[in-house]
Amino acid sequence: MSMLAYDGTALLGRQLRRMRNNPGLLILTQTMPISMLLFFGYVFGSALAMPGGQYRSFLVPGLLVATAANGIMTGMFQAAQDTHRGVMDRFRTLPISRAAVPLGQAVADVVVTAAGTVPFLLVGFAVGWRVEGSVLEAVGAVGLLLLFRFATTWVGIFLGLLTRNEEAAGQLGGATFMLPLLSNAYIPTDGLPGWLRTVAEWNPISAVTTALRDLFGNASVPGDAAWPVAHPIAGSLMWCAVLIAVFLPLAVRRYAHGER
Amino acid sequence: MTSTYAVLSEGLKKRFGEVHAVRGLDLAVARGTVCGVLGQNGAGKTTAVRLLTTLLRPDAGSALIAGHDLVREPAAVRRRIGVAGQYASVDGDLTGRENLRLFARLHRVRAPGPRADELLDRFGLAGAAGRPASTYSGGMRRRLDLAASLIRHPDVLFLDEPTTGLDPASRNLIWDAVRELTADGTTVLLTTQYLEEADQLADDIALVDRGRVAHTGSPDEFKALIGAYVEVVVADADVMVRAAGVLDQLTGAQPSFDDARNAVGVVTRDRTLTLPRLVRELDAAGVPLLDASLRPPTLDEAFLRLTENDKERAA
Repeated sequence: MSMLAYDGTALLGRQLRRMRNNPGLLILTQTMPISMLLFFGYVFGSALAMPGGQYRSFLVPGLLVATAANGIMTGMFQAAQDTHRGVMDRFRTLPISRAAVPLGQAVADVVVTAAGTVPFLLVGFAVGWRVEGSVLEAVGAVGLLLLFRFATTWVGIFLGLLTRNEEAAGQLGGATFMLPLLSNAYIPTDGLPGWLRTVAEWNPISAVTTALRDLFGNASVPGDAAWPVAHPIAGSLMWCAVLIAVFLPLAVRRYAHGER
Repeated sequence: MTSTYAVLSEGLKKRFGEVHAVRGLDLAVARGTVCGVLGQNGAGKTTAVRLLTTLLRPDAGSALIAGHDLVREPAAVRRRIGVAGQYASVDGDLTGRENLRLFARLHRVRAPGPRADELLDRFGLAGAAGRPASTYSGGMRRRLDLAASLIRHPDVLFLDEPTTGLDPASRNLIWDAVRELTADGTTVLLTTQYLEEADQLADDIALVDRGRVAHTGSPDEFKALIGAYVEVVVADADVMVRAAGVLDQLTGAQPSFDDARNAVGVVTRDRTLTLPRLVRELDAAGVPLLDASLRPPTLDEAFLRLTENDKERAA
């Protein structure tokens, strides 16, 4: 375990250093949600029944979670890039803990997400979003958000190790952009036709978004929704536990065995 | 237990779907020597190295690397090997120094910084140490790659086609590094497509063909076995036929024709067939020559020759 901690820390440092040296993807993933907040908040917000200020408060938690779901994209892209460029094979020939490389990547991803949350929330504050509940609940909301990011990045790492191709991962990763569209991140789900509403409410993004809105005090929990949305905190923890329990072992196994 | 061999493999097999990439690899590399694994593209060289470096799990067979069982003790094997080559690479987003520091840390080197600087100096990369590895030239990248595989003085170093695609100057730098290593007692297993590279570096050559070791021997034994390639270029097709007749008489081997260049060639092991004698004989037979050459055969020609030997032996 101390071996894993030591190797994992060295590899966490590697991920942070490479983002510093090559900040393109980082800048894109950090500025995207801010521009989406401004675009959706003022353009779509003007067409919705909700008053603009209220929609932007509704949107801030939604965009936070939608951005966290991009962990699938960045996790996949980085893992595929490392495999494709051969550095993963060098790691595999080193006498290091088998979980250290994917774990270093996942933790680095969460660290960067945490840092990116700060400027996003500042812009959110500027356009009218507020913490309307207790500070403790707000801290809980951020914790839940980062847990969700940790879960989605493992999905991405596994898929990236599976595709092994930088370009394919980039294209496939783009598809994760679609996931929040079928959730309550940008719109309330109660206006959707019955079956579509069921699908959207069983989307993990919906449960986590609802939990964040609840903890920040931005919107109340819809009582008539599907179970994970009606019980958003338990539902979010359930989704995170399921994703981590499935994809963390799969990713570590895939890394350790390579194409063996 | 210490064994005489740094690498000892028996019957290693690996199949990818329908493709039998390695079909029973037997290799014995004595400690402190350089073994050149020579073969054409697709012969199974890279798969062999991937098997021996724990990157692939063999379907069958066994191997001892630096005295440790490849399948049962992969972690012990990884502590004693270094790998560089076509695939085991460095991180292009990190600088040269950052790469070596990272690998030194992962190798549990006590002072990663000084070790990284020492290797950067040794491989002539100190000036580029602060630049991302993605900006390096091909030769610089290979040197960084080699430096990364030497961080902790490996017992056995695996080099997969270390000079493929490099210019002669970079190639010589890599060759010098390999020679220095063997002077320190490191065992090296390198794969190559070039007979010349194996000749320059290897104590022993293992010729790999379709996933098996087809021949082993010292470079001199190899050269004696495969002989030399004689080629003459003439003016037209009629003269080609006459030249082929003379070559056939001189060597007893079947000449091959390159119609596009009006060239006739033959592989011979007859050491009395020198270039002056060749020219005299052809001149005496009234064959006008545009060009004549006698050189070590290319790998393809050597291959043809060796597989012919096998057929002769079988007959």
